[in-house]
Amino acid sequence: MGVVSTLLFAASGFVAPMKGLQPGDKAMVFKLKNTDGKQVTLGENALTKGFIVVFTCNTCPVAQAYEQRVMDLDKQFASKGYPVIAINSNDAQLSPGDNFDAMKKRAAEKKYSFPYLTDESQEVAKTYGASHTPTVFVVQKEGNDFIVKYVGAVDNNAQDGERASEKYVQNAVKALIDGKPVATQTAKAIGCGIKWKKA
Amino acid sequence: MGLFASASHAQNVTVIKYAELESMLSSKSDTTLVVNFWATWCAPCVKELPYFEELQVKHAKEKIKVVLISLDYNSLLEKKVKPFIAKTGIKSAKVFLLNESDPNVWMGKVAPEWSGAIPFTLIINGTKERKGYERPFTLAELETELRSFIQ
Repeated sequence: MGVVSTLLFAASGFVAPMKGLQPGDKAMVFKLKNTDGKQVTLGENALTKGFIVVFTCNTCPVAQAYEQRVMDLDKQFASKGYPVIAINSNDAQLSPGDNFDAMKKRAAEKKYSFPYLTDESQEVAKTYGASHTPTVFVVQKEGNDFIVKYVGAVDNNAQDGERASEKYVQNAVKALIDGKPVATQTAKAIGCGIKWKKA
Repeated sequence: MGLFASASHAQNVTVIKYAELESMLSSKSDTTLVVNFWATWCAPCVKELPYFEELQVKHAKEKIKVVLISLDYNSLLEKKVKPFIAKTGIKSAKVFLLNESDPNVWMGKVAPEWSGAIPFTLIINGTKERKGYERPFTLAELETELRSFIQ
């Protein structure tokens, strides 16, 4: 953050959003239910080198705009050791279009090649610090841990992927595969707030 | 032409780039600015828009300006955004559409703490104070926050 913006915000307050995982942090190993009814654990497949964890949902237009790109990421990188894992953390009461049946339907319709997990307690979203969809966390296996290497947007053009000048996730995963440092480790994006359960 | 020059009675949705937004936000005047970032596709945004309009109406005679910045795609301005605003009857708060496809270019400058979720509201008073809220508002909550600025 630049000096000017630091001075500008020095005397002001923010209702701070929850702090999330940042590049370099250890990612929580989660175990969530997939649309086929089975439990999926992060890293259960010993052959993977890492994961593209995508907090997404059925109902958000921005997530919908990125859906094909997320599917393409799995096609591009699963065979290279970095598959996609999609997680829907929306509360089904507040967002019926995101309930389990709707998730099953969507995964089947679009023939998802990756797990589409339901984060029913919303603990995974909270622990990772996902506040809206779609948000991506690229993690890499290091020993017994998963280390976050990238957090944020899929690319820098929600409306038109072809015109995205920065394909953040693609670049991050390619760098990891090539053993190079990830140049852009975080990137912001607009999206639909995750529908948190009412207290 | 000033961005706040109110000419017609019909609500216009003015398209701006980040440069114009930045000059709006860095104004040194003693007017309190309430800036709400929303989109037609964001349900909680749509729900609270009338409260922002109400806030502007109630404080029409004070130095308070409510500004609604749509983050819809520019290509949907005529088909979606303008008809939507016409339907809401919003005419006191000023409505803009920010035509920037890359959020990474401008979001960090508007509010570094902003994760990217909308609705997002900024309340600014010249160089006095600036506060960001990444959450929806009821009218009562808006009034409470505004009061802390104008007192």
